[in-house]
Amino acid sequence: MRREAPQRLADYGPLFFPAGMLIVFFVIPFATMIAVSFFERQQGGFYEPAFVLDNYGRFLSLFFGKVLGFSLFLAMAVAAACVAIGVPFTYLLSSASRRVQVWWLVALLSILSLSEVMIGFAWSTLLSRTAGITNLFVMLGLMDGPQALTPSFGAVMTAMTYQALPYTVLVLYPALVRLDPTLTEAARTLGASPLKAFFSVVVPALRNTILATSIMVFIFALGSYLLPQLLGRPQQWTLSVLITDQAIYQSNMPFAAAMAVFLVLVSLSLVGLALYVGRQREAA
Amino acid sequence: MSGLNLSHVTKEFGAFKAVNDVSLSVPDGTFVCLLGPSGCGKTTLMRMVAGLDLPTEGSITLGGEDITRVPTHKRNLGMVFQSLALFPHLTVGENIAYALRIRGVSRSDQKKRVDELLSMIHLPGFADRSVNKLSGGQRQRIAIARALAISPKLFLLDEPLSALDAKLREAMQVELRQLQQRLGITTIVVTHDQREAMTMADTVVVMNGGEIRQAAAPVDIYRHPADSFVADFIGSTNLIPFTADATGQASICGSTVRGLPLGTLKSGTISVRPEDVQVVAPAESSLNGTVTFVRDLGGSVETFIEAGGEQIVAVSAPRSRPDVAVGESVGLRFDPETSVVLAK
Repeated sequence: MRREAPQRLADYGPLFFPAGMLIVFFVIPFATMIAVSFFERQQGGFYEPAFVLDNYGRFLSLFFGKVLGFSLFLAMAVAAACVAIGVPFTYLLSSASRRVQVWWLVALLSILSLSEVMIGFAWSTLLSRTAGITNLFVMLGLMDGPQALTPSFGAVMTAMTYQALPYTVLVLYPALVRLDPTLTEAARTLGASPLKAFFSVVVPALRNTILATSIMVFIFALGSYLLPQLLGRPQQWTLSVLITDQAIYQSNMPFAAAMAVFLVLVSLSLVGLALYVGRQREAA
Repeated sequence: MSGLNLSHVTKEFGAFKAVNDVSLSVPDGTFVCLLGPSGCGKTTLMRMVAGLDLPTEGSITLGGEDITRVPTHKRNLGMVFQSLALFPHLTVGENIAYALRIRGVSRSDQKKRVDELLSMIHLPGFADRSVNKLSGGQRQRIAIARALAISPKLFLLDEPLSALDAKLREAMQVELRQLQQRLGITTIVVTHDQREAMTMADTVVVMNGGEIRQAAAPVDIYRHPADSFVADFIGSTNLIPFTADATGQASICGSTVRGLPLGTLKSGTISVRPEDVQVVAPAESSLNGTVTFVRDLGGSVETFIEAGGEQIVAVSAPRSRPDVAVGESVGLRFDPETSVVLAK
């Protein structure tokens, strides 16, 4: 079927509603935030319309640079971990029987129904000294005494990966199910071991899907502020934590807005870079 | 023993026997077609030779070496899949060189071999093209070249030509056969197309229900089918039930037909190819029938005749066509030489 490009204004009709929603609930709030980021803060938690760059200027310090760097690093690490676990897992899942697939997908979807708060507290209990898994290791004789595994970077990573993995699998699943299974078989007949076939055929054939999934998880992880706070030390707090802190506890809306705008710009440019690199490779 | 040998190979999927006690010997350098209707076990049998499925019972040897449990990637064979399974992220040249790259062949040797194979399949200079922008026939050739890159001992093709249109398919059949003869490589092709099998194979293996019904040269299979399934599956044939009378002559459709070599059979089926059915005047034969339909295809004429409740088809060349019309009474004659008597 050939689709014609819309000719008249009325042809764009179906787009009006979503466009309107997008403007009211995204473009206007975001524009407001950009505007606020240039406002001047008043003592006592208020701000006045102005055009000052102080909020951005304050941002250019070593402290905030470090927090920004850590936030980006954490989001990338979570994306990398999710893809590293998600791709082989989904590949094996896609070759399993229909029943097994359905059960796994239902289990993964049920993780999505958990709120971030519940995930955070569940992991903080699981990794605690008094009631955590280290008690199990002590019982098994693997450890001498129970240990607190939280707060730590590992705890933050674990919980965030746990939270993002279902999204990863659900995004990868359709592409992997559609992947022709004879591709791997062909690689095997040509002399590649199953592992080699996976890395030389499955992964490259899915390169665009994997790139898209990484970007999605990266952005998802960048917005996380509860888990780093619950499971991490202050040095593992992300920029999102600081934004919340400024906006709610310090009542410094202009500075919070400036940080948020900056975060959006940085992540957009990183996504753009990833897409650009992906396209260059494809052309090569 | 050299060549490929399958001995009592069985493959069960749960309670279903896909391949049932198959033994087959393929001498080096021969071209074998596994032929049968879908679900007859031919693809499963090939997948076991490739190591993609493991037999439940039985053993497979190649060049005297037992390869029953050897993993696919250590069998050094070449296989072309029905889907072709060209790697979409690699260029034509990289696809062909894949097996060489896996084996650590140097880049310059890879390039040399790729160029050699591309000129063999009449696509020189295609190395840097994307496989996604080729025609069906070109993709087919690339898949063949990729499978032959390491000069394997065994070349397997699973329904390789099914995606091509009829004309191209016929041309590729001839090309594939010539390529196989030039390289002298042991080749097994799975197909459901009996014309394809007849065109290419030294040995046609007809399978049904997971078993081999007959394995022989194409002409032998056509002329001397082992049973009515083979007779019906290879080409078209008239299968006419008969009973033997007291004098050892065949009684067909209520009439006695003399001279058929029945042996000691009391009843069975006679297979007569449509081109071996002679339509004559009613007085010239003891077996008479009525013409029900005439199909003139230009290149040949098919005459449908009903005799004693059986439908018999006669095919003749346009010049020697019987001058008959629907409803007319005619006589039928079978030559004992070309009629095959089957027990069932």
